[in-house]
Amino acid sequence: MNLHEYQGKEILSSFGVRIQRGIVAQNAQEAVAAAKQLTSETGTSWHVIKAQVHAGGRGKGGGVKLAKNLKEVEEIAGQIIGMDLITPQTSAEGKRVHQVLVAEDVYYPGDSETNEFYMSVLLNRGTGRNMIMYSTEGGMDIETVAEETPHLIFTEEIDPAVGLMPFQARRVAFNLGLSGLAFKEMTKFVANLYTAYVKSDSSLFEINPVLKTSDDKIMAVDAKVTIDDNALYRHKNYVDLRDVREESAIEVEAGELGLNYVDLDGNVGCMVNGAGLAMATMDLIKQAGGEPANFLDVGGTADAARVEAAFKIILKDPAVKAILINIFGGIVRCDRVAQGVIDAYKNMGNINVPIIVRLQGTNADIAKELIDNSGLDVMSATEFQEAADKVQQVLS
Amino acid sequence: MSVLVNKDSNIIVQGFTGSEGTFHAGQMIEYGTNVVGGVTPGKGGQTHLGKPVFNTVQEAVEQVDADTTIIFVPPAFAADAIMEAADAGIKVIITITEGIPVADMITASSYIKNKDCRLIGPNCPGVITPGEAKVGIMPGFVFKQGKVGIVSKSGTLTYEAADQVVKQGLGITTAIGIGGDPIIGTTTKEAVELLINDPETEAVVMIGEIGGQLEADAANWYKASGSKKPVVGFIAGETAPAGRTMGHAGAIVGGSDDTAQAKKKIMRACGIHVVDSPAEIGKKIAEVLG
Repeated sequence: MNLHEYQGKEILSSFGVRIQRGIVAQNAQEAVAAAKQLTSETGTSWHVIKAQVHAGGRGKGGGVKLAKNLKEVEEIAGQIIGMDLITPQTSAEGKRVHQVLVAEDVYYPGDSETNEFYMSVLLNRGTGRNMIMYSTEGGMDIETVAEETPHLIFTEEIDPAVGLMPFQARRVAFNLGLSGLAFKEMTKFVANLYTAYVKSDSSLFEINPVLKTSDDKIMAVDAKVTIDDNALYRHKNYVDLRDVREESAIEVEAGELGLNYVDLDGNVGCMVNGAGLAMATMDLIKQAGGEPANFLDVGGTADAARVEAAFKIILKDPAVKAILINIFGGIVRCDRVAQGVIDAYKNMGNINVPIIVRLQGTNADIAKELIDNSGLDVMSATEFQEAADKVQQVLS
Repeated sequence: MSVLVNKDSNIIVQGFTGSEGTFHAGQMIEYGTNVVGGVTPGKGGQTHLGKPVFNTVQEAVEQVDADTTIIFVPPAFAADAIMEAADAGIKVIITITEGIPVADMITASSYIKNKDCRLIGPNCPGVITPGEAKVGIMPGFVFKQGKVGIVSKSGTLTYEAADQVVKQGLGITTAIGIGGDPIIGTTTKEAVELLINDPETEAVVMIGEIGGQLEADAANWYKASGSKKPVVGFIAGETAPAGRTMGHAGAIVGGSDDTAQAKKKIMRACGIHVVDSPAEIGKKIAEVLG
């Protein structure tokens, strides 16, 4: 589950990680009130208005702007809220902004230069351990840093038996070139950040930038936080942090029906049991000259109700010109799936695209007979290649 | 010969009396698998499916010589079940459970590192040695005995591959479902290595998917091993968009090196017979075996 910047920062702060403070606002008036409150609490005279959407590169799209007085706060918040923010990480249409974070200005002048770093906490899949990845090159796209100056990226892997050790936090601070108060602040920042990662059951923290202020404080200016969905059961207080406006409406609906669905741009819908076979089926559609319109894993119980739910979801996409159902019946019998398809088809009554049903495995022959004798506009297949050929046939 | 499980494996079922455990243990016993009992804490002393129920894995090891376990325990308790099995001296721990928190798997995989055991999964269909032992949730009838080993991250795609192999008049030594989670006990490389080293296995089918480095590691190992046994490979998810999780928690394209295209390129460079179409796995294996 992905969180907004302001939500991620709240979690960090609750574990003692210093953050750039801010207040979330839903409209320009709220933004002005938030700015006033923030000034009284922090003494900041300028404010940063930051669009709250689940996408990186917000600054590049005009979603992060500095306001030097309350009038500008109102103007900028008014501009950003409601806009379709286009960033390198969004689609060409962009993402609608529903709220902004009004944040304190932390780049104030002082005794030392400000300095930006990069820091993330994530799983190293190769070793099965968490690691802290960090760089002196803050505020930049880390993929670019990795390509152009890989020697400026450091990692610190954590032994789960003992957790992050103090010498590791010190090594981070040394590698980032810090000394004095900023050094101490950084070791505290790293330790608290790792504690927050573990205690919140997160699967990704990306803090870009981590800022050293002109008075040598270390703080998170941005926060990308992803919580492990499988661990949400033990964090009931995080469940409400989900913002379904950030997700595709059709995917949210599919999720509520218990279907694992990912919306894609193609013209051939598919319905498959099992994630690996579903991906393979998408690949096969492409090779047959089509483009997959979705990923859909119906799971182990492909009965009439589920098949009907899946039909409805797939057919919401007007681009769908054909549907390929690919079920490998193991424990679930193909004849029951076939009956499910027939019942769902009859119930819906208004399916206007050709359907190809490929059933393989337990009772596949009985299933094929059922489909062939149903009198419906449904083509049957038993072999994978045969299904691909039929997709090609209906597309041409 | 075969790998991991055979007719002499003494198999227990953790989560034996739950609905999943009951159903699949029943299927395993019907297949002829040597299930010697099961574990459900608090139900020790009972009999279930004609087999003894134990409170702890340790009791099962002591009383019925259990050496292999299959875990159907719900996600919140599954990592604990893995560690209990490892602590009791179980040698092969096959974990079917899907949805275990990553943090729990970090702990479990660290805990079992110094124990003499092998973890398969989690989030996997299990392991089958046709005609000897089915320790998983796969449909047994699809797998006929033969000389082809299968390694796969996915359940139904494993069945698909096995079905294609069998329809070519060939059969399977052992099929290993390694699982689709970000942290799994046995990697693609380790599973391929087991099969390459198995004298009865004459060729290997290796099925991967987007995300992670496992297939590249396996391919590099295969090349370095100098093995003459042919390997046929397929990577699912060429059409999957970057940054989206495709069903399996581990199936997500992060960078440029975990796309299907990148993986296939490395596999080809390492001498693996890569097929672009999932419909051609069986044909290709027949072709390379002559």
